Amino acid sequence: MPRKGILIDRPYERLTREQVELIHQASMQILTDPGLISFNREAVDILHSHGAAVESIAGDHQSWKVKIPEQLVLSAIDSAPKTVKLGARNPDNTLIMHGDEPRVYLITGSETNIWLDVDFPTYVNKADSTREIRVPDFKPRRGTVDDLCQSAHVCEHLEMVDGYIRTVNIQDRDITEENKDVNKFFASLNNNTKHFMSGLTSLKQLDNVVRMAELIVGGKKALGDNPIISFITCLVKSPLQFVDDTTETFIEVCRRGLPIVVSASPQAGTTAPIKEAGIMAQINAEVLAGITLGQLVKPGTPVLYGSVPVRARMDTLGDSYGSAETSQYNIDCVQMARFYRLPNYSTSGVCDPKIPGQQSSIERLFSNIVVAMSGPQFLHCAFGLLDCNSVFCLLQAVLDDAHFKMIEFFLRQPRIDQLELKAMLKQIQDVVATQQKLYISYIRPLLRSGEISGVYPFEGSGEADDVFEIAYERMKELLARPVEHIDRKTTARIFEEIPGILPRLNIYETES
Amino acid sequence: MSKDIVATIKENVIQGRKTQEDEGIDENLTSTPGVVELVQQALESNISPQVIITEGLTAGMQVVGDKYATKEYFIPDMLASAEAVGAAMDIMRPVLESANVESKGKFAIATVKGDIHDIGKNIVAILLRGAGYEVHDLGADVPTEEVVEFVREEKPGYLGLSALLTTTMTEMGVVIEALEESKLRSSVKVLVGGAAVSNEFAQEIGADAYCIDAFDAVKVLDSYQ
Repeated sequence: MPRKGILIDRPYERLTREQVELIHQASMQILTDPGLISFNREAVDILHSHGAAVESIAGDHQSWKVKIPEQLVLSAIDSAPKTVKLGARNPDNTLIMHGDEPRVYLITGSETNIWLDVDFPTYVNKADSTREIRVPDFKPRRGTVDDLCQSAHVCEHLEMVDGYIRTVNIQDRDITEENKDVNKFFASLNNNTKHFMSGLTSLKQLDNVVRMAELIVGGKKALGDNPIISFITCLVKSPLQFVDDTTETFIEVCRRGLPIVVSASPQAGTTAPIKEAGIMAQINAEVLAGITLGQLVKPGTPVLYGSVPVRARMDTLGDSYGSAETSQYNIDCVQMARFYRLPNYSTSGVCDPKIPGQQSSIERLFSNIVVAMSGPQFLHCAFGLLDCNSVFCLLQAVLDDAHFKMIEFFLRQPRIDQLELKAMLKQIQDVVATQQKLYISYIRPLLRSGEISGVYPFEGSGEADDVFEIAYERMKELLARPVEHIDRKTTARIFEEIPGILPRLNIYETES
Repeated sequence: MSKDIVATIKENVIQGRKTQEDEGIDENLTSTPGVVELVQQALESNISPQVIITEGLTAGMQVVGDKYATKEYFIPDMLASAEAVGAAMDIMRPVLESANVESKGKFAIATVKGDIHDIGKNIVAILLRGAGYEVHDLGADVPTEEVVEFVREEKPGYLGLSALLTTTMTEMGVVIEALEESKLRSSVKVLVGGAAVSNEFAQEIGADAYCIDAFDAVKVLDSYQ
C-alpha cells in the first residue's frame, strides 16, 4: 500500500491552457534557436545520432551548440513513463506518482553544509533580576555523518515526510570525495525506511550505491521492482548548458534504468529573464532537453520533470526563495509538467533567514501552501532548511512537520453531499428546538476521528511563547524512538562488498 | 451488585453518556444504559442517593476534570459529562428532598439586559448543574426588574450575571444597584463573567466574584460551601 500523500482535488493553476501552449511553443523555439550548449561530448553524440543539429563552438571540441528538433522532444515526452514508482525499504512507504494526478508527496532535502545546533540558555532581566527568560541560541557548525544519521532517524518518524533527500553534507575528517557517496547512502538508508533520493559526488561510486540498494532489497530485479533509491542531477546549467560531469552522471543513471530527476534551477534576473514568460519558456526548454537526452539513452527511463526556478535578490543577486515570484514560477512549472503528464519535482518552503523565527515561518508557510495547492507529485519542501538551503536545523524540521499537518488538513476535500446536508438539516432543526441552542454535543463524535483540526501542537501555557522549547522536546522524543535498521546479515554483506563505509556506521559492530 | 451499578455510573459519567442513545468515547458502550437509566436502576435497587452522588457522579466528574486538566478531554467532553450528571440530579431531586438532603445551593443565571449572547452563560449553567447546584436559567437580554423579582421570590443563594459586550457589561452594575435598593443585596452572592469583564470591573461594580470561565464559576461557588 503506497503512502497516501495529499491529493489535491482541484489544483491551483495560474496559467490558462492558451498560456501553457504558448510557453510550450516558445520552449520548442528555444531548443532550435538558440538551442543548447553542451560541454559533454557523449550527450552531443547521442542527440546528433537522433537528428539534432550539432556544431562545434569555436572549433575547440570542448563545447558544442546543439539544436534539438521539436519532433525529437515530443517523442521523448511520449516515451517517458507517465507513472513513476519510488520504492522504499518499508513497502508501506512506496510513492506512486501519476503525472496527471495531483497527489503531493512531501520530501526533505537538500544537502546543506551547515548543521544548526540549538540550546536554551537563561537570560536575566538587567532591570529586574527576578525576571528570567529562556531563549533559543542557535549555533552553526559543519555537518557530519552522525548528523546525517540523526536527521534520517528523526525524518523517519516525522509523519508528513514521505521521502528522504539527505539534509546535510557530511564533512568529517575521514570522509573523502571517494567514500562520501557510499557513506551518505548507507547512513540515510540505515536510519530511514522511506524512499531515498540523492545526487552523486563521484560517478565512480554509482555502481557501489546501486549494489548497496540491491543487497538491501534482494537483488537487481528486486531493485527494479522496488527502486528504493533514485537520483537527482542538475545536468543543465542555466541558461541552456549541458554541464560535462553531471550530464555524464545523468547518462549513466539512465543506462541503469533507475528513477532520476532532471533538474533545472535558473535564477530570474541573472541566469534567466526576470519576467515570468521568459523564465518559464527557458526552464521548460532546459528540463525538456534533459528528458529528451534521458529517453534517447534508455527509452522508458523513469524521469521526474524537475523545476527549481528562483528569483534573484536585488540587494545581493543571491537566490530569493522567499519571494512571491519564486512560488509563481514553481506553480507554473507544476502546470507545465501536468501538461506533458509527467510527474513533477517542485520546490517550496525554502526561506532566506539563517535561523528559525518569524521570517522563516512566514516565508516557508507561504510557499508551502501555495505550491502544494498546485499539486506537484514530488514536493521538495525544504524540511528544516534555512538560509536559502545552506543551513539545516532539526528543530525546524520538527516544526515544519507540524505545519504540514495543518496544511494537509486545510487541503482536505469538502464533504458536502445530499446525505451530509440531510443530517445537518436535522441537527439544525433539533438544536434550534432546545432551550440552550448549542451544537456542542455534536462535536464529540468528531473530536477523536481526525475530522476537527487540533490546537497548535507547540502552544505554550499562558502568554509565554514556548514554541521552540516544546518542539525541541518533541525532537528529543523522536530521537529516542527506535528506527528499523538494515538487518545484521545484510549489513555484514554491505560492509563486505562495498568499500569505504566508515566502520562506526556498522551498529552491530559498535554494539558488540 | 450495588457497587457494580455505581461503578458503571461513574464510568458513564467519564464517557459523557447521558442516555443509552449517546455514543460516548468507548464504542463498546454503544446502546448500553447511560447515566440516566443507570441512576434509575440504582434507585430502584435501593442504593443510597449519597452513594450514587459521591461514588458515582462526583467521582466520575473528578476523573473528567483531571482529564480536562491534562488536555486529554476538551470542553465538549466536560459538558457532556456535566449534562449527564445534571440529568441524574433531576431524577434524584425528589428522593433527595424527601430524605432532607439539600442541594449545594440555588443558583440563578442571566445574560443582562441589552445583550443576547448566551453561549458562555449556557455553559456555566450546564457545568454548575453537573456540579450539583440547582440552576435556574433566566435566559438572555433579561430586564433588571426581572432579575430582582426572581431573587425576591425564589431566594437563590447565588446570582450569575453574564455580558459579552463592553456596551452591556455596565448593566451588571445596574442589577447590583437595584438589588441594593431592594435591600436584597446581602441575601445573594453575585458572580460576574463574560469576555469584556475583568476582576477590576467586578470590584468596581461591587460584585462578590469575577469568574474567568465556566470552570472558574464552579470553583468559586464550591469555595462558598
